Amino acid sequence: MITALTLLPLVGGLFILGLCRTRDSARLAAVTFAFLSLVLAVLLWFGLNPETPGMQFEELHAWAPSLGIAYHVGVDGLGVLMLVLSALVVMMSLAASWANEKQGPVYFGLVLLLEAGLFGTFTALNFVHWFIYWELSLIPAFFLVRLWGGPGRARAATQFFLYTMVGSVGLLLAFLALYLATGKFDLVDLTQLAQANQIVPSLANLHLRISAECLGQWLFWAAFLGFAVKTPVVPFHTWLPATYAEAPSETTMLLTGAMSKMGIYGFLRILLPIFPQQMQHARTPLLWLAVATIVLPAFAAWVQKDLKRTFAYSSINHLGYCILGVCAAAQFMGPQAELGTEKAAALTGVMLQVFSHALTAAAIFWFIALLGRRTGGQRGVDDFGGLRKVIPVFSGLMGIAIFASLGLPGLNGFPGEFLIFKGAFPLAPWATSLAVLGLLMTAIFLLTVIQKVFSGPVNPRWEAMADLTTTEQLAVLPAIALMFVLGLYPQVITGMVHGTILQWIGGLH
Amino acid sequence: MTWIVNYLWLIPVLPMLAAGVCALLKQPQRRLSATLAIGSMSVSFVLALIAFAEALSHPAIQVANIHWMQFGDQWVSLGWLLDPLAAVMLVMVTFVGLLIFIYSTGYMAHDPNFTRFFCFLSLFAGAMLGVVIANSLLLLFMCWEVVGLTSYLLIGFWYHRPAAAAAAKKAFITTRIGDLGLLIGMVWLYAQSGTLLFYDNGSGCLEQHAISALAAHITIFGMVVSTAIGLLIFCGAVGKSGQLPLHVWLPDAMEGPTPVSALIHAATMVAAGVYLVARVYPLMNAHALEVVAWVGATTALFAACIAVAQNDIKRILAYSTVSQLGYMMLGLGVGGVAVGMFHLITHAFFKALLFLGAGSVIHGCTEEQDIRNMGGLRRFMPVTFAAYAAGTLALCGFPLFAGFWSKDAILHSAHGWGISRGPFYFGAIGALLTAFYMTRQVYYVFFGPRRVPEAQAEPVASPRHPAEESVIADPHESPRVMTTPLVILAVFAAFLGFVGTPAWPWFQSFLAGQPARFDIGGFSEPGLMALMGVSSLIVFAGIGLGWWLYGCKPIVNATDPDALERLAPGPFHALANRLYVDEIYEATVIRLTRFASAFSAWLDRWIFGGLVNLVAWIVTGFGWLDLGLDKYVVNGGFDMGCREVSLFGRFFTRIQNGRVQNYLRVIAVALVILAIFLLWGHRG
Repeated sequence: MITALTLLPLVGGLFILGLCRTRDSARLAAVTFAFLSLVLAVLLWFGLNPETPGMQFEELHAWAPSLGIAYHVGVDGLGVLMLVLSALVVMMSLAASWANEKQGPVYFGLVLLLEAGLFGTFTALNFVHWFIYWELSLIPAFFLVRLWGGPGRARAATQFFLYTMVGSVGLLLAFLALYLATGKFDLVDLTQLAQANQIVPSLANLHLRISAECLGQWLFWAAFLGFAVKTPVVPFHTWLPATYAEAPSETTMLLTGAMSKMGIYGFLRILLPIFPQQMQHARTPLLWLAVATIVLPAFAAWVQKDLKRTFAYSSINHLGYCILGVCAAAQFMGPQAELGTEKAAALTGVMLQVFSHALTAAAIFWFIALLGRRTGGQRGVDDFGGLRKVIPVFSGLMGIAIFASLGLPGLNGFPGEFLIFKGAFPLAPWATSLAVLGLLMTAIFLLTVIQKVFSGPVNPRWEAMADLTTTEQLAVLPAIALMFVLGLYPQVITGMVHGTILQWIGGLH
Repeated sequence: MTWIVNYLWLIPVLPMLAAGVCALLKQPQRRLSATLAIGSMSVSFVLALIAFAEALSHPAIQVANIHWMQFGDQWVSLGWLLDPLAAVMLVMVTFVGLLIFIYSTGYMAHDPNFTRFFCFLSLFAGAMLGVVIANSLLLLFMCWEVVGLTSYLLIGFWYHRPAAAAAAKKAFITTRIGDLGLLIGMVWLYAQSGTLLFYDNGSGCLEQHAISALAAHITIFGMVVSTAIGLLIFCGAVGKSGQLPLHVWLPDAMEGPTPVSALIHAATMVAAGVYLVARVYPLMNAHALEVVAWVGATTALFAACIAVAQNDIKRILAYSTVSQLGYMMLGLGVGGVAVGMFHLITHAFFKALLFLGAGSVIHGCTEEQDIRNMGGLRRFMPVTFAAYAAGTLALCGFPLFAGFWSKDAILHSAHGWGISRGPFYFGAIGALLTAFYMTRQVYYVFFGPRRVPEAQAEPVASPRHPAEESVIADPHESPRVMTTPLVILAVFAAFLGFVGTPAWPWFQSFLAGQPARFDIGGFSEPGLMALMGVSSLIVFAGIGLGWWLYGCKPIVNATDPDALERLAPGPFHALANRLYVDEIYEATVIRLTRFASAFSAWLDRWIFGGLVNLVAWIVTGFGWLDLGLDKYVVNGGFDMGCREVSLFGRFFTRIQNGRVQNYLRVIAVALVILAIFLLWGHRG
């Protein structure tokens, strides 16, 4: 099932690259494959039993047993959430690309390859092929930015690629060391070892000059670097605004909606279960980094002149809440039931936030893509004015997305942020109180965007701008509807992940 | 538990559904949208009345709770409740709301965005009713934020005006500052008591068990946890109810259409802060209440001062609202729930009346808002004038009008407050100023000759019907659809106070869940009559002062300086400029935020990004160095070596050129040298 899910977009991508010569056939094939993937992912979602702990739909085949490498895939609540999320974001991105004439058959092929990389990353349970997917997904992303991006695309794409690669090197080294010490690459096995407190003692087998505890700490930071760059965590985020701004908006939807979630996924699947003691030991700097990730980009977003850069910073800020939730949950190990409740709240909030941010950010960049197509690429915050009068439907729908991003109750952003704050406050009161500043600044810069773009007198340049066509409305409406559904009834997601959360809480003793 | 409690959620949900449907309507479907909004509101009103009857017969708190979302093995629960407090608010909000909806069909009749207006208005009503019935601080907070959103949307309803767009943003952000305190208070409360349900069969966070647990913990600054949480929750109320120091958004909010000012920024939403404090009253201990009382008293006086020197009819009322909200907070702080809530209810009626009256005046004078350009309107708009006068007397606290009873209850409690007499004096001076500025306003607007400003010789495009050129005509009375709500509200402004007099404290007993009884002896409480006398004297003094300055000599020219300005120009200008609070904020908080933003962007570019670029440059530098080494040292050395070898080669080629005579010549020379060497050596 899972293998089929990963193969589907891979085959689709290769099919398009190999056989589709025209744009029309390519986009039709891409949407078909992406839709089938979404259907499969949703089937997995409904097939998953949230009450059963552990991985489900597992497939395990020997590959190179002498090296500890196996083909091992499976999903739990987190995995299936990520699969649906990536399938959804890819679908949205393809819908956004549908009418963009610049993007030819190759573009659609690369998007599907990226989707395959995402699916692989979110299902692989053995480090080696997980890492292969992790790196492979980078290649289509690089070309999507490099070939279809804005004027600064060459520099941005290179920085994006190299920066992420450097992060991955840390990750690779950490896992090689773990393999040498324990003889295992399997993430599930490593998790069990970590929970039995056996990883640190086994590091002594490496006979290095530093102590095993110290080495464990180093390995944690090395692995952290990989995810910190990917997510990103301040100060490893500087590739992001440039890349998001230079990438075509449809690709930015993929980058912010799905690829940035790989980092959070890594935090939840790898750092938290495999390095719990190390993470707890590093809690103070981690919390500071989380607060910096929330607050600094929120401030910086206010002074950006480019809409895409503004929302790129907003994206960092939103993922910062996830980092805060994870780091706060890692803070206390212990069997106390109350702390367990708080950790469960924080981690559930992280799950909700991951999904909701993917939806919201993808929607916002979609609207920017639509706007860009109407204005020939204009996207300065000050280039517009009074658009509500000219294109009321567009403004209304984008307004909903912006308020979802702001965390308005009733829309998808709120439940996640509330649960993160609810869980993180008792675990890390000061960090959480500081993080509230991020909420304020988010309101300030988002309302500034609304004020400058949609309100005020109409900018005479755009008096003839066309509102959303019926097709565009129909394409966008499901995403907007989903925002309301998740805002009013978040149990759709929380009901699916609570078993996984409980298992983590049990493991975080 | 009767069906009305189970179906209480319908009261907020119906207007919300109406809003949802209106959002999908096209602009020409005006009649349908207004019908939907008014219809849903009427049904909610009827349901609210039924709920009120239920609360009358069963004054105990009745709740219905539901699971909302799950985390781990716990559930976040939401719920709604019915108790006298909620029932009173439900009836007030639906009734005043309904009247204002009806009024709006007249006031907004020419607006091109009529449909959207009713959509936002219904959404507001739904969310506000949600705040009222929420049995969970979380649900209350959620509705509270949606109320803030609708307030934002309606302040900025005429979004093409930059001032409206800016005011809307300011309102949302200023209230959000308070809301962040509320959020922290909420998550803290959740962490401490394990639930956010107010009442839940003994395990709710407002019930005895949780309250005593909260009171047992000490936190930072030696505060009891419940004080800290109470104050954080109060932060939300400060923002929403325009208390000092977050009052700055409310006067600017007058950029919205006048029915909005009446409903949201006078009668209901701004009172939500007061309602919040009343709702979580069990949580507020003496220390927190002390802060509430002082903030309220200061606000009451401060805003009343500023109102004295304003010239915009709606801004005067806005500062008056801020001031009256201060009285409500003061009432909560010194007297308890009933005292504050009584003023909330009476104020909702007479302030809605005043705003609708102001709207009628503005409507009649073709969008004129400056009171200096009005005058003599009582001849043109007799119904509006009569209703406005009733509202004014109620607001001033003229004996027997609604405001008299409710304000007096507050002053009475403040007088008996054991901690300090300060709030009482603040309140009393505020009452004097209230009577004064309202008299001033009434004289400016309704008395004297009609003053037409010179600026109006130019036709001004009105914000509500931009296409229509306004013509200078005599002011006209508003249509019946607008005056009828005025008259109804005027009746309430005059007589509503009688439900809470000291002789028959029906309202207070109802909130306390006790039967009320008539007892004329209520007046004989020591000091009560004297206080009533004093406060009546204060009102008379204020009105008399207003008459002396503005009434006894009619104001003839719009450009004449204000009578008070002539007396004391310095203070008057300071007050007219709202004591420069906005400017101070601009120079401090906002500038600091701008600096922080610029600093963050700089940090990103030069430090975080700079370091990465530095590493990149270093790596590139190494690359160039390597290239140089390769090119000049390694390659160059190799090339040089090769050149040497080839030179040697060429030399040897030259030697080995295959000519035998050369070889023989070399051999011959070598033989000679050898012979010489041997001979030489032998001899030596």
